[in-house]
Amino acid sequence: MDKAEGASGPKPKRPAGPLRLVFRDPLAACAVVFLIFIALCALVGPVVIGDLATTPNFRARNLAPFDASMGPAYFLGADTLGRSLAARLVVGAQNTLGIAAAAVMCSLFLGGTLGLVAGYARGIGSTLILRLADVIMSFPSLLLALIVLYSLGPSIPNLILVLAITRIPIYLRTMRAEVLEVRERMFVGAATALGASHARIVFRHIAPVVIPTMLTIGAIDFATVVLAESSLSFLGLGIQSPEFTWGSMVATGRGYLSTAWWVAFWPGLMILLTTLSLNILSSWWRTYADPHQRWRLELPRRLRRRIQK
Amino acid sequence: MFTYVFRRSTQSMAAVVALLVLVFFLARLTGDPAYLYLPLDSTEAQRQAFNELNGFDDPIYIQFFRYLGDLAQLDFGTALSRNRPAMEVTLEAFPETLKLATIAMALALFAAAVVGSLAAARPGGVFDRLATTISLAGASAPDFWVAIVAILVFAVSLGLLPTSGTGSALHWIMPIGVLMLRPFGLLTQVVRGSMMGVLSQPYIKTARAKGVARRRIIFVHALRNALLPVITVAGDLMASLVNGAVVVETIFGWPGIGKLMIDAIVRRDFALIQSTVLVTAVAIFVMNIVIDLIYAAVDPRIRHQQT
Repeated sequence: MDKAEGASGPKPKRPAGPLRLVFRDPLAACAVVFLIFIALCALVGPVVIGDLATTPNFRARNLAPFDASMGPAYFLGADTLGRSLAARLVVGAQNTLGIAAAAVMCSLFLGGTLGLVAGYARGIGSTLILRLADVIMSFPSLLLALIVLYSLGPSIPNLILVLAITRIPIYLRTMRAEVLEVRERMFVGAATALGASHARIVFRHIAPVVIPTMLTIGAIDFATVVLAESSLSFLGLGIQSPEFTWGSMVATGRGYLSTAWWVAFWPGLMILLTTLSLNILSSWWRTYADPHQRWRLELPRRLRRRIQK
Repeated sequence: MFTYVFRRSTQSMAAVVALLVLVFFLARLTGDPAYLYLPLDSTEAQRQAFNELNGFDDPIYIQFFRYLGDLAQLDFGTALSRNRPAMEVTLEAFPETLKLATIAMALALFAAAVVGSLAAARPGGVFDRLATTISLAGASAPDFWVAIVAILVFAVSLGLLPTSGTGSALHWIMPIGVLMLRPFGLLTQVVRGSMMGVLSQPYIKTARAKGVARRRIIFVHALRNALLPVITVAGDLMASLVNGAVVVETIFGWPGIGKLMIDAIVRRDFALIQSTVLVTAVAIFVMNIVIDLIYAAVDPRIRHQQT
């Protein structure tokens, strides 16, 4: 805390950037550090200890966590086949985050494009697209995903597609609302007057203005998609073995609750910590991006307390 | 007001119909139910007879028109997996989910209103930071994992609560606790945000200048106005509460509509899938209209706009 106050100084000359501010908030700083750690695990981890995740080791069967007898790779314990849980968590991280990232990108692209069309074209096509979003929104997303996934057959591409479809309405509606506003601005009118084609106006003039908003929403939505994927995999209609994500790891461990609680506990904890970190960061970002609230982050701690009295 | 409700209902009705059509065709993509309902060594002729009996051998568009015709006569078909009318099975399960969801939502709303208001009273204070972290955790926690950990702690280790099923009052504690977690987390944040906005308004300053007690200002003067956006969010959450209900019912063996739907999907019970989807969609649709009406009743400004 003292360090944070010292860093801001008595009279900051220029406003601190987001990176410096994030590290002044202990909770947000923890979230950033954890997310970087998880991302590194997902990217590099499988190369380093990926083999341990699939090799059974019968001497380590149901090894309890924090038992040093089998070496550091088994510090989180092992499952019923003696596979290192730490290694499986790392591989699971890659699958979980990879699927979620792909799904977010898909829904960002599909929802964004549809929203762009719906906002720019108006008319029948636009109404149809909006009604489609209503249909998706009016029904519990998990049930819709279950039905679609069961009829298409569970596989990773289908899982990504289904997750993307259930999240499309959010991007579609935001995009449409933004486009409706931006298309009335002066520079779009100027481009029309100069004879720009529709495609040029949409992609060169409107899209660059609205894309940053969409990316922010995508980042915030990431946590929801991670949770949705975990639920689907937990219910057995998501990822299929031998592939696994954190959600399906919890499902596997559910059968051994009374004998080996750690098999189900760790993967769920990883889901919780990841989504919690993402949500802490997005809530911090909302405060940071709101001009009325931002001063709360920029003030030194001591001053902040005095103001509240 | 009523023209608004009427317009909104026709729109939502269209959505329900579109959903039913979608589900009808998707369900039939899953494959031949004969393979699931007849023994493995059944002959081709037996499967043929089974499909003929249930009308699965007709072209899909004829099946669809027959389904529409039956719907018009309120005939929802037979649930193959239970050999009973599908709607009867669905309507047996529906109240179980409704009870669970209503209690969970009411508790979540109440808890969120209290915690969120107290957190907004001193933004940045110890209670606020604690409440924010807990509500964020509630919103981010994977419900299936919380349910499993709760079973591990309260049922397996401590032996205080039953692991699953229905019966005594004790059976309700864990399902409701797990189900209300996410709405509580999200609603607390909404209450806190909107409360902070309301507390900065001039009429609150007036009340404070008059010497009204702090508690009274928050829970009487401000909360009524701060609850407006909360009602909207609570309405949106009802649909996602069904998501939670699916998971909770599966884990705790609760005989509700979520568990019924999963069973129906896995067993290719087309009639049952359709009737559960229909009931869920109509329930959410009615809920949305009720919320619109509540909203108009609470906020006079909306009543004026709509008339």
